[in-house]
Amino acid sequence: MSRDHVLHRVRTALGRGVGQEPPPAPPARIRIPEVEMEARVAGLLAGVAALAGKTHRAATPEDARQYVAEAIAGKTAVASNAPYLAECGIASLPGVRTGVTGKDELRELCATCDVGITSADYGLADTGTLVMLSSPREARMVSLLPPMHIAVLPRERILTGLDELFSLLPHPAEQTSSMVLITGPSRTADIEQILVRGVHGPGQITIVVVG
Amino acid sequence: MSVQFDQKIHETLSNANLQLAVYTATGRLKDKRIETVAASVLPDYQELRTQANALKKHTLDNLDYYLEQFERNVEAHGGKVVFCKDGTEVADFVLSLAKQKQAHLIVKSKSMTTEELDLNERLEHHQLEAVETDLGEYIMQLAHQRPYHIVAPALHLTRFDVAEVFTRKLGVPEETVIEKQTMIARAKLREKFLAADIGISGANFLVADSGAVVLVENEGNARLTTSAPRIHIAVAGIEKTIPRAQDLATFLKLLGRSGTGQPLTVYTSFLSGPRREGEIDGPEEFYVALVDNGRTKLLADREKRQSLYCIRCGACLNTCPVYRKIGGHAFPWVYSGPIGAIITPQFMGTMHEPALPFASSLCGACAEVCPVKIDIPKVLLELRSEVKKTETREKLNRWEKLGFQIFAWLMRHPRLYEMAGKMASAVAPSDNGGWIRTAPGLMDLAPPMRAWLSQRDLPPPPAKSFRQMWRER
Repeated sequence: MSRDHVLHRVRTALGRGVGQEPPPAPPARIRIPEVEMEARVAGLLAGVAALAGKTHRAATPEDARQYVAEAIAGKTAVASNAPYLAECGIASLPGVRTGVTGKDELRELCATCDVGITSADYGLADTGTLVMLSSPREARMVSLLPPMHIAVLPRERILTGLDELFSLLPHPAEQTSSMVLITGPSRTADIEQILVRGVHGPGQITIVVVG
Repeated sequence: MSVQFDQKIHETLSNANLQLAVYTATGRLKDKRIETVAASVLPDYQELRTQANALKKHTLDNLDYYLEQFERNVEAHGGKVVFCKDGTEVADFVLSLAKQKQAHLIVKSKSMTTEELDLNERLEHHQLEAVETDLGEYIMQLAHQRPYHIVAPALHLTRFDVAEVFTRKLGVPEETVIEKQTMIARAKLREKFLAADIGISGANFLVADSGAVVLVENEGNARLTTSAPRIHIAVAGIEKTIPRAQDLATFLKLLGRSGTGQPLTVYTSFLSGPRREGEIDGPEEFYVALVDNGRTKLLADREKRQSLYCIRCGACLNTCPVYRKIGGHAFPWVYSGPIGAIITPQFMGTMHEPALPFASSLCGACAEVCPVKIDIPKVLLELRSEVKKTETREKLNRWEKLGFQIFAWLMRHPRLYEMAGKMASAVAPSDNGGWIRTAPGLMDLAPPMRAWLSQRDLPPPPAKSFRQMWRER
């Protein structure tokens, strides 16, 4: 359509020629603080708690399994295909559906289940954030459609913050079509600035850190 | 000043409930911003602003290069970029795609750019339903209003207004509890998400080195819009481009804090192309419509180019003494507040609303809070000068010119000036404090004088003028 027209207008406005290289961009600003692992775990959990999320520090995978089992008791749940959930024995908990690879089937399931259980690629300590990369192991819908989201991750995956994330993953698009940062439960304050949780995404979020 | 602008300002000023609502809401957002950018919690805030400004400047100064890089990378990931001159081209693209794919329902997540292009109206005109899914935008769409605020579209409505709109448009029983109203919207919109064929989003950032669209939100509606339907179209102004994914470490720290006082919003999505081989869900097709719609006009002006740095956080609205009094709907176009006052004249022409750049006290609060350091007062001054030049060229300001000629002449003749001063104090009313407005006959003056005096007054003249005191010292 108007590709050449628009690009021509941009170049004319800027006085630049076709294919002209730009001067070097200002260097990216990445500052990674040194934070001990224990402080990272504490930071992540405090961040989530401050946003009315639930948190649990599990000493062992077995502890995590038991915690999740109690949290989903009496509820229907769908678990992502993350190997870590299988490793912890969470994917095989009674009442948990997992291993779904069909798009429509998964969507139907997520739209009707009470709880979505995932792992997370990373946690960010300074903001209480989960980083989720879409892959055959983690679908987008599991952390989005059910009213409750439980994420289980080993403590080694907790990074200090955005700077460390983008230094580890300078090109997220090479790995996935979708990287989502999740910081607390879905919320809105669009009516009279009154905070309401769970408007479109999960209104409850629980983070379990193992180790 | 157009009659409409004047009228809307007065409507807002005379509505006590609205005054309170706007003042409270903006005040709260303003305070939350201050808390989250304080040196105790974000010591490098000023450095981040400087970096963000440098990055925006660099990208816009070399925009063609980054647009082409963005396009290449979107295509490398299986997506497609469509350049559009204006709203008509965006609508044509969406309509032809919808026709080709036999799509009937569109869900939309918040996008100021599509507001600017009147995209919903254009699509509706062709019987294509496009549903807004951000709660505030959904309410605005049902109420047939345009967003009141860049970040909080329904900021001016109460729960009772929302109840009325929901009952009238959705046929639900009257509900005034905000939590329940939210759940009504959730249920209605969930159906739409799962049935929609196309999701249209905006973009907070376009990442050139990744070919990625970045979306920042709290509700989850942008995630649903971009991953539930089989087609995702992002509509974005060309100025949203940033060089690298790593630059998000700068911009994301500023955007949430400046907008709503959140260190990070609930969801940040970094989306590049349709779902990959093996990925279980996500759209099958991914398009980015890159829109000019007047932006290249702004680019051409070196000084005013900075107006395009804006990341639409809304901080300048919340801090602006003018916005907080006259509200969002008084502004003549979709963009309100200080940023609206500088981009509207540049997009729509300076004479679209010549009074707009003057509706500011130039206090500079906007420039102080701007996360990308746009010098808004400076651009306002440039625009004022443009308006005046146009008025002179078109001989629209003859009376004003005459007034200033008389004033200048008087200033060059000290004796006459002093005499005029004495005459003025002689006729000034001496009772009730002597404010000029109470002088008989003054309020019957010509409309411009009356408009001026209806809002302000001059203090009573002093007993002795400065010249007199100087002589008697």
